[in-house]
Amino acid sequence: MNGQALPLKESMLLGLLSLLLFLGLWTVLTVSGIVPRQFLPTPLEVASRFFQLLTSPFAGATLPTHLAASFKRYAYGVLLAAAVGVPLGLLMGWFRLLDDIVTPIFDGLRFIAPIAWVPFAALWFGTGIGGPIMIIFAGAFPPCLINAYRGARFVEPRLIEAAKMLGTNDTRMIMEVLLPAAVPSIIAGLRVSAGLGWQSLVGAELIVAAAGVGFMMVQAQGSVQTATVMTGMIAIGIVGMIIDVLLRQGEGWLRRRRGLEA
Amino acid sequence: MGSISFSHVDKIFGPQGSGVKALDNINLDIADREFVAIVGPSGCGKTTCLRMVAGFEAASAGEVKVNGKTVTAPGPDRAVVFQQFALFPWKTVRENIDLGLRNKNLPLAERDGLISSALKLMSLESHADAFPHQLSGGMQQRVAIARAYVLDPEVLLMDEPFGALDAQTRVVMQEELVRLARRNPRTVLFITHAVEEAVYLADRVAIMTRRPGRIKEVLDIRSIREAEGWDRHPKIEDVMDLESFVHLRTHIWKTLREEKDFQHV
Repeated sequence: MNGQALPLKESMLLGLLSLLLFLGLWTVLTVSGIVPRQFLPTPLEVASRFFQLLTSPFAGATLPTHLAASFKRYAYGVLLAAAVGVPLGLLMGWFRLLDDIVTPIFDGLRFIAPIAWVPFAALWFGTGIGGPIMIIFAGAFPPCLINAYRGARFVEPRLIEAAKMLGTNDTRMIMEVLLPAAVPSIIAGLRVSAGLGWQSLVGAELIVAAAGVGFMMVQAQGSVQTATVMTGMIAIGIVGMIIDVLLRQGEGWLRRRRGLEA
Repeated sequence: MGSISFSHVDKIFGPQGSGVKALDNINLDIADREFVAIVGPSGCGKTTCLRMVAGFEAASAGEVKVNGKTVTAPGPDRAVVFQQFALFPWKTVRENIDLGLRNKNLPLAERDGLISSALKLMSLESHADAFPHQLSGGMQQRVAIARAYVLDPEVLLMDEPFGALDAQTRVVMQEELVRLARRNPRTVLFITHAVEEAVYLADRVAIMTRRPGRIKEVLDIRSIREAEGWDRHPKIEDVMDLESFVHLRTHIWKTLREEKDFQHV
């Protein structure tokens, strides 16, 4: 990156400035009528809709309820991705045979966008909880696997040699050498997974028939309620940011604990 | 029991036929409880010799045997002390030392006893629960030595173990290693490029040539050490002042120097 890091206060000020500029431009474009209102609601309309939806229901639920329903699917999807991806990645990092078997299939599958799985997710796992979870899983799984694999594969060779000369078996090698060595990489992968999983949410909720932010947005789209759609987008953005900030903190804490950073 | 033997060992890195020959016809027999140091210029393949005994590398030709058995894989009967310590950063000192013992499936009480005596042996008692990054380089290498010694290995393989330490720490560690070796004799293969260190520590010193590495000369230090009574001097600098020590050191220097000059002709 070019340039020196600004003091925290100044960089926050700049952030605020850019937000205000963005909102100002948006206001000018909409209020002046340059962009017709049915295509883009004004910031004020969106804000008032946002606060309205916090308490009054749309499409059968309030915004917090929609968010809660989404978050539950999301949490299941990402946890499942981590629970399968991380162990599989570590095993592939240790057993060459498994690596050779899984990698070609995986390398093809991971380029298929999560939303492409929508028809099959609905067909195989239904539109209740299973289908959406599978779509979120499809988004969150690849980084979990790739990062665990890379973390395990690129452990300092000396440490593997040290463990081998100490008579360490495969299980212990994976649990006590590869896994802890791969933790920073795994955490970074989980962060990416958490982001991609949350991004897959709207796709996942195209097929649900009950609550969820994505569901809310699809319903609003049907009745051309742009302010409601925008509210859903903003809610997704805010929650995504909160998830990322929390995971960053967790990663920083873990790195400090491991003495990787002062 | 822990003898090591190299017989007609070649090592070629890279594809067979077009690879680089790193070792050429290495022959060396190390007796049980003998301390042998290999000295040689950087890149002469001395570390490769050690890595073949450890089971990290296979010989391209010839055989490396420990106790008469051909080495096929690494194992706790051949403990290695690495130049860069290779401690597990996420394990405490105690846990680092414990891993090899747990791998042997020893009961907890026995492990605790062994760990305590290993910590004591290396003066690490007060650091048992520290993580490696909290220790100085010298302390980290003590942990690595404790981790190797605690396994009661048949042979101890030390790959420039003091190479990453500062000069003062290095001297302290050398003296401690001598004390350790006298109290608890073990077959040791010690790799170094420091001539004094080799002469001070070893029973025999093998001098290697530049790539492709060959053993040029093997010097018997032990008989001179015993005849001249080196062990009566507790401090390394006193030993290094003795005429017999200086003579050996100079001889090795000259032998290595010939190598260098030869290289430049």
